[in-house]
Amino acid sequence: MKKSIVRALTGAAAAAALLVTSVVPAMAETVTIGIYEPASGDNGAGGKQETLGIYYANSVAPTVEIGGVEYEVKLDAVDNESNNDKAVSAASKLVSDGVSVVLGSYGSGVSIAGSQTFADGGVPAIGVTCTNPQVTLGNTHYFRICFLDPFQGTVLANFAKDNFDAQTAYVLTKQGDDYSAGLGHYFTKAFEELGGTVVAETFPEGNSDFTSYITSAKNAGADVIMAPTSTEAAALIIEQAAAQGVEVPLVAGDTWDSNVILNAAKDKAVQIYVTTFYQEGGNAEFDEGMKEFINADSTNLANNGGDDTVAAVTAMGYDAYFTALEAFKAAGSIEPAAVNEALWNVTYDGVCGHIEFDENGDAKRNSAFVKTANTETGAWDFVSEQSIQ
Amino acid sequence: MDWFSRNLPYFLAGISVGGQYALIAIGYTMVYGILRLINFAHGDIFMVAGLLMVYLSASLPVFLAIPLVIILTVLIGFTVERVAYKPLRQAPRMSVMISAIGVSYLLQNLALYITGGLAQQYPAIPWVSDQITVFGASTKRVTVITPFLTIILVILLVILIKKTKIGMAMRAASKDFETSQLMGIRINSVISTTFIIGSFLAAIGSLLFFSNYTGVTPTIGTMPGLKAFVAAVFGGIGSIPGAVIGAFIIGICENMIMMLNQYVRFDISNFKDAFAFLLLIIILLFKPTGLFGEKQTDKV
Repeated sequence: MKKSIVRALTGAAAAAALLVTSVVPAMAETVTIGIYEPASGDNGAGGKQETLGIYYANSVAPTVEIGGVEYEVKLDAVDNESNNDKAVSAASKLVSDGVSVVLGSYGSGVSIAGSQTFADGGVPAIGVTCTNPQVTLGNTHYFRICFLDPFQGTVLANFAKDNFDAQTAYVLTKQGDDYSAGLGHYFTKAFEELGGTVVAETFPEGNSDFTSYITSAKNAGADVIMAPTSTEAAALIIEQAAAQGVEVPLVAGDTWDSNVILNAAKDKAVQIYVTTFYQEGGNAEFDEGMKEFINADSTNLANNGGDDTVAAVTAMGYDAYFTALEAFKAAGSIEPAAVNEALWNVTYDGVCGHIEFDENGDAKRNSAFVKTANTETGAWDFVSEQSIQ
Repeated sequence: MDWFSRNLPYFLAGISVGGQYALIAIGYTMVYGILRLINFAHGDIFMVAGLLMVYLSASLPVFLAIPLVIILTVLIGFTVERVAYKPLRQAPRMSVMISAIGVSYLLQNLALYITGGLAQQYPAIPWVSDQITVFGASTKRVTVITPFLTIILVILLVILIKKTKIGMAMRAASKDFETSQLMGIRINSVISTTFIIGSFLAAIGSLLFFSNYTGVTPTIGTMPGLKAFVAAVFGGIGSIPGAVIGAFIIGICENMIMMLNQYVRFDISNFKDAFAFLLLIIILLFKPTGLFGEKQTDKV
């Protein structure tokens, strides 16, 4: 009885194997791009928006010609749960799925956590919006297309000093978050060099009570509150700042450029300024297509936070996808090692600007957009384009 | 700014968050008192109540949504007990605890599935969420209501336990589970009532908590749940006044740390959470049964 079951099973397996081997050559050649992004946890909202940009890019360019052969581009998305411990297993899955290149992640912490797994698997990765310098430092497989935190921190410090004449800044960062601590540190450094004073505090994982932090900021006499945090914490900070009648501006980095922030700030008496990669309206054609893509599908709409505001991370995800395609073309192969080698010389003009990598694998970027949340219309208003020498 | 108006917000925050911990802590302490079970799913019941409010208020007016949230939360608490704990009544205590951990993860993952992992914005409840000024400190009205509401609910609960028949049955069951059964107490209905009261208070706690801190995520119940559990142990697990006092002490202490942070040269804000647990260790070293815990005597 048992033997017959075993025999039947082996037979079925053999048939299935035959089926697979006979079907594969009939299909078009495929190349797989791994999407290493958070879909849950603190950074879930941002990760989903970045992923949307990648999917939109895939719908615009579903195929790529590599070495004279037309390849269909497949996307393989994993959820790193915004969590440094879970990130490694998500990264391993991409490596074992045999992806040719990885895009992501939103959030520097998980990018750093997954980096070694990609290195061991020999898979190159292109960071989309992970701004911490550690991501690409000391390795040859991690690239990134965004600006870095030392740059972003300096821009924010200069902005606070010039526009608000700020003498004292209150810097609130999250414990154990590489992005938050890193950007807070570079801001502090730049702000102190400009002659300002910084009062710094940190909050633990899972904290939702920001009352006393805001009180401390007020008591410290801060002229500006700098809070480079996830959007989840940001919504609570804004809520609490409004509840306590904070009159000084809140500034933050690229993570705050999200409609989560716009919704939290709507109809509240708060001023919010962020530095970011892309300003909606920068490329009308892209904006239009992106909005259409978001509105066409209710899941996409929900993933974008319920409206069709184009987040900067979405535009960056779009650029990252095309950067990967450029690398495939340059490599003339879908072998991860060849793609890795080719990436060093890839150049691409995306909707967020020109991309070209330096010796660390970082995109050479020297300008950032500053925008402010319009609490009446619930949209971002352009403030200025900042660059430093 | 004088010292008082400068530091009042810390006290306000401490008392209000303490009240919210207290409402959750009562659920822990009552269940432990009767079943000797640490109900790990309690913090997640609190989270589910928050999510229910988010979804119900999207389609219903707030005055209908609030009672419905409370009823549904109570129903979930009741069902969890019936499905996951009651069949294990005769099993070793460890098995029930593992079952509780299972329920906790089940609720978190269900919430993750339904919300897609994103923080849901809690609706503003009229009047409760309004902005007010107390002695020059601007805050939400809920901050001021919380301690009073907590104390009123605790007084009602104590009256229920001391004066009513079901309360007497609860006290009997917590003194000696088996003997009370022999005395004709319907133990299952006593336990169900305990879970109903616990879930009811968790629902009220979630209304107050999320009105102040408006993001609901699948894991949001973990930290308040843990702090409330610490409060229950701190006050002597099984004792209701102990849990309430423990919760207020923890809520106030963690905000006092933030207040102190202004006056010291180095940053101690990162010890905010550690402090609650440090306090617990110190108290337990000197009073192993907690502030109001009963002395355990071995029966011969």
